[in-house]
Amino acid sequence: MDALLRCRGLRKEFGGQVVLDGLDLTVAEHQVVALIGASGSGKSTLLRCVNLLEELHDGTIELDGEEISAPGVDSDWVRRRIGLVFQSYNLFPHLSVLDNVTLAPRRVHRRPRAEAEAHARELLDRVGLADKADAYPDRLSGGQQQRVAIVRALANSPRLLLLDEVTSALDPELVGEVLTMIRDLKADGMTMLLATHEMAFARDVADQVCFLDAGRVVEAGPPEQVFAAPTQPRTRQFLARIIEAGRL
Amino acid sequence: MSTSLHHVPSPAQRARDAYRQRQTVLSVLVAAASTAAVGTLLAVAVTGAPGWERVRQTFLDPEIAREALPRVLTGLWLNVRLLVFCAVAALLLGLLIAILRTLRGPIFFPIRALAASYTYVFRGLPLIIVLYVLTLGTPGLRLQGMPSVLVLGGAALVLTYSGYLAEVFRAGIESVHPSQLAAARSLGLTYRQTVRHVVLPQAVRRVAPPLLNDIVALQKDVGLVALAGPIDAVRAAQIATAQTFNYTPYIVAGVLFVLLAIPLIAVTDRVTLRAARRQSGG
Ligand SMILES: Nc1ncnc2c1ncn2[C@@H]1O[C@H](COP(=O)(O)OP(=O)(O)O)[C@@H](O)[C@H]1O
Ligand SMILES: [Mg+2]
Repeated sequence: MDALLRCRGLRKEFGGQVVLDGLDLTVAEHQVVALIGASGSGKSTLLRCVNLLEELHDGTIELDGEEISAPGVDSDWVRRRIGLVFQSYNLFPHLSVLDNVTLAPRRVHRRPRAEAEAHARELLDRVGLADKADAYPDRLSGGQQQRVAIVRALANSPRLLLLDEVTSALDPELVGEVLTMIRDLKADGMTMLLATHEMAFARDVADQVCFLDAGRVVEAGPPEQVFAAPTQPRTRQFLARIIEAGRL
Repeated sequence: MSTSLHHVPSPAQRARDAYRQRQTVLSVLVAAASTAAVGTLLAVAVTGAPGWERVRQTFLDPEIAREALPRVLTGLWLNVRLLVFCAVAALLLGLLIAILRTLRGPIFFPIRALAASYTYVFRGLPLIIVLYVLTLGTPGLRLQGMPSVLVLGGAALVLTYSGYLAEVFRAGIESVHPSQLAAARSLGLTYRQTVRHVVLPQAVRRVAPPLLNDIVALQKDVGLVALAGPIDAVRAAQIATAQTFNYTPYIVAGVLFVLLAIPLIAVTDRVTLRAARRQSGG
């Protein structure tokens, strides 16, 4: 398996507070890697760094063997190959669902409108949102909005999809529809790096689970190993708290 | 009454509907009666005042009103043309300055600084002074191809109002949440594409009510170009007043201004209402 994404020694500070502290991480092609860890452990920051939305303070990021963190690399060009889905959806409220999805294909990839819309409708149809194409985001449920946000990221045909706690803002009964969509994406071979609080989902869908603590990957491995037989005390503490909260 | 076509309302609902209808009729009657009472009181108070007859002759002479109307209307046509030109120009210039103020990066520092100074200077300077400097000062330079006083006066209005409008636009731009920018950039849009397709459409929608409000204010201020010579509605009324020693032409001009403003104010109200409704998620 080839490494699609390779992070080496990532360091990120916010005003003197070290958030990523020499973090190493590899995601192989077609692999799903779940990032778990307490709130504030740096999961979102890591995803934003990979998407070049944050400036690094040290380390390197490679995509397809090419260093995307090198000075002078066109970050817009990199972002076109890496999709990012946010916890709070961040759909564009002034655009219809269809226009949200076709914005990047039309403006970034310069696809003709008809072609971009046909592709968008096809993607929406596949996730059962064809009838919402002309609706505005504020008319959709949270689960529908998040699925549109995922479709919007997919419309760029990214090599890698980053998902940042995409179900945390959802009502419990809406979580399932989004998780089902991610499972389908995995079946299609999409490479994904996802931060999640849904341990059951991580165990179910991830090929690899990485436990983040204080800006480092403290423990990594297949889910059955990390969840059933964690080797690090910090991982055990974290999982004990999760079990106590009834979330595993 | 959101009953569907086939739904037969229960007796309880029918009673409720009947009650609501009676209440509606009652409140219309009460409103009409109280309006009539207040109107009568006002009319009696004003027309019963000791000086009413004098005031009526000097401010509300129908004959003089009829005579002054054509000239005041001619003046008003100037106001309308100036308003349309100045409003469009000031909106465009204001938007440009607001965008310049948000440019990032050290190369743009001088542009940012200039744009910021612009808004400080022209919001600080009284319009009258800008108007006098441009219409009376610059012709003194005797440059070739100097535009007419009317154009210079319009330029003064555009300079001043674009300073205000730029700040309204900027407030709108800054009210767009950073997560919207992150979402656009994560899709590979450049900074320019993000501003053009994501930030500005949301910003302009959000500040449409205050923008229109400034245009309503501009509508009244365009008349100030008369200070430099061109004859607008108020100046026409002033001339007519000087000839007849009667103030009725001013009243004519005032009424026309209000009539002119009503459509714009109505649009502003509707846009404000819609914005408020959208904000409350309805
Ligand atoms: N833009 C920012 N400015 C300052 N501090 C930040 C910023 N973003 C994140 N942080 C800090 O970085 C730490 C890690 O945050 P985050 O990556 O969001 O963690 P997680 O997603 O694992 O909950 C937190 O302590 C947070 O306060
Ligand atoms: Mg987070």
